[in-house]
Amino acid sequence: MTVEKQFLGSEQIVTQQLHSHQFENGLVLVAEPMDWLESAAFAILLPAGYTRDPDGKLGLANFACELIQRGSADRDNRQFVEDLDRLGTDRSASVAASHSSFGAATLAENLLPSLQIFTDMILQPHFPEDEVEDARQVCLQELFAAEDELAQRTIQRLRHRHYGSPYGRRVQGDEASIRSFSRTDAVDFFRTHYRPDKAILSVAGKFEWPKLKDHIGSLLSEWKSVEVPDVTEHSPIFGYEHISFESSQTHIAVAFPSVPYADPNYFQARGAVGVLSDGMSSRLFTEVRENRGLCYTVYASCHSLKQRGSVVAYSSTSTDRAQETLDVLLHELTRLFQGVEQGELDRLKARLKSSVVMQQESCAARCSSLASDWYHLRRMMTMDEIKGIIDGLTCESINQYLADHPPERFTVVTLGEKQLEVGKYVS
Amino acid sequence: MFREKKLANGLEIIAEINPNAYSAAFGFFVKTGSRDETPEIAGVSHFLEHMVFKGTPKRSAADVNRELDEIGSHSNAYTSEEQTVYYATVLQEYQDHAIDLLADIMRPSLRQEDFDTEKKVIIEEIYKYDDQPPFGAHEKCMAKFYGDHALGYSVLGSVESVTGLTPEAMRNYFQQRYSPGNITLVGCGQIDFDRMIAQAEELCGGWQAFDAPRDIQRPAVHHEFELIHKPTATQEYVVQICDGPEATDPDRFANRVLAAIIGDDSGSRFYWEFIDSGLAEYAGLGPYEFQGAGITMTFLSCAPQDTDANLQRLVDVIRKVETDGVTQDEVDSGAEQDNFAIGEAK
Repeated sequence: MTVEKQFLGSEQIVTQQLHSHQFENGLVLVAEPMDWLESAAFAILLPAGYTRDPDGKLGLANFACELIQRGSADRDNRQFVEDLDRLGTDRSASVAASHSSFGAATLAENLLPSLQIFTDMILQPHFPEDEVEDARQVCLQELFAAEDELAQRTIQRLRHRHYGSPYGRRVQGDEASIRSFSRTDAVDFFRTHYRPDKAILSVAGKFEWPKLKDHIGSLLSEWKSVEVPDVTEHSPIFGYEHISFESSQTHIAVAFPSVPYADPNYFQARGAVGVLSDGMSSRLFTEVRENRGLCYTVYASCHSLKQRGSVVAYSSTSTDRAQETLDVLLHELTRLFQGVEQGELDRLKARLKSSVVMQQESCAARCSSLASDWYHLRRMMTMDEIKGIIDGLTCESINQYLADHPPERFTVVTLGEKQLEVGKYVS
Repeated sequence: MFREKKLANGLEIIAEINPNAYSAAFGFFVKTGSRDETPEIAGVSHFLEHMVFKGTPKRSAADVNRELDEIGSHSNAYTSEEQTVYYATVLQEYQDHAIDLLADIMRPSLRQEDFDTEKKVIIEEIYKYDDQPPFGAHEKCMAKFYGDHALGYSVLGSVESVTGLTPEAMRNYFQQRYSPGNITLVGCGQIDFDRMIAQAEELCGGWQAFDAPRDIQRPAVHHEFELIHKPTATQEYVVQICDGPEATDPDRFANRVLAAIIGDDSGSRFYWEFIDSGLAEYAGLGPYEFQGAGITMTFLSCAPQDTDANLQRLVDVIRKVETDGVTQDEVDSGAEQDNFAIGEAK
């Protein structure tokens, strides 16, 4: 499928081409040529997120992600890294709730050789026995380092209560599991979850579509699919939890249910949260930081899983002002549902439109958006379509959405020296 | 394409024009930072950076924030040892408004009420970093290394020094440092340079010029060791500083490549020794170049029980470079990374 649109961006007529192709094994390739750049970026999303960690083996997706990069085809661990460095790649590997992702940005001329290295990794990984201990140590280091990141710890605990298992798990798993992993565990996980039928390969930047499609087809045609059952979800906990900790600040995280990205109302919710938190004139920045000086950091954002959405807010402040900060934060979150105003919406639209146009300057940003669109919507949104949605947002449409979707329940987690009062907001 | 112009009062304007870009970025780069402070006003450069957004005779703080959003800007500011930078990225059609707004806030009112509220924000910012790894180790190491020299001052200042600051002290500092001759207006992207010059003449041409000197003699440095116990931390964090080339030293390029070979994020000697093996969560080495001074900073984080052995490994890696040098392959790999950074920016 190819979509072509012309649009006016900053007084330039730009032709946007979006390509997608599904190979016989189910793998979907989505791509956007950006001929005005000298670079290209790609990302491979595999349906191997931490929600696939078996019970009792939490952190296995992360361990497999680490071990699979330690040798494949005719490369050992060192050659894998050195070949990618020689190609000047800026690469990443990460595990999220639904996917393990590998990606890189590089000079356009190095796109295909870089892709080859990653496809070799998926098709011919070694999972070398003599790298298992090092991979385990890396996973343990990540686990220990996360303990010192207090904001991350607070939000992780919030996710745990708000989503329940498995979506609220932490990617690092637990120490006992990590210490128990063997090569066989990683290989079994790989064979089950690194499969093409729910994988997405996204490419953006300077490349030729027919050549790219043929190249990927020839590289990955041997990749075979397997059947895997859906994940089983457990009920969330919700409510309030305080983690007692001797720290300079109290860290405050709040969540309430919202709609996922694929919901027809998503952009109404996104607009409302934008009024709350996008930009320096947004409500949270104004009321919590500018008018009261309660904190340095405060924000709220939309978070979307495939089937579920939520709004997550965070702030941190010194112990004696934590209660007031939480009160103002919760007050603003609930006041939002009384509606947004025209001036607020106009500013938000200006910011969102800027962001959409500026995305055209970054192949990595477009690559990420294409993959995300395909995962959530099974199609890609053109910039025209997104601009149309932004233009179509009105106070009436957002306020109607807010009136129809009052926050049913808040989940609150605080970390610091004193427990706070959450009162009427959390049952 | 590069363009430049200097106004009569000393304000420099430079631009890199790219007609293929979708956006335009503008910034005022002020040559002032924590190294231009005294202990009594430690943190004033950074506090002033916040206050610049708090309004002018023409605009309230709320006006500034509202207008930055109305033009859809992605804007921010930062302060370092040597400079304070204010910038906004906008679509091309908002060039005039963005420059008008940025130029206006460069002459801030510094009102008492705004000052008192913002002081609380600054103190929360200090507490925020207190809670984050490496828990102030970077600032403490700089302070040890430079002793009484201002390069050893924390950019944020301390809770005590910020609490003691007054609008008058900040005004004095502003009047000593924000001379047009000490400021550069920079534009980048799809910009109309002639309009930019005309605007700068109109909006900044009346700024009074004065001397804003900086002592750039190479400071004395000190070699010490300090252990700070933080019982709540899980990992141990090590920061080590040694002398390095200053900002105009021809050796700085060789030092940057050497630092990448030893301590880059990927494929470096530290990477293979510490990161790939999981012996440490992070190990890196990087150069910081100042006027008349330079440092190379090493950073290590790992489990406390592994720190001794890791420090010995760190010494061994450096010793091996000293005795055996580096390979051509290592130098080429660093150069390839630079090529990508340039290609991406085109």
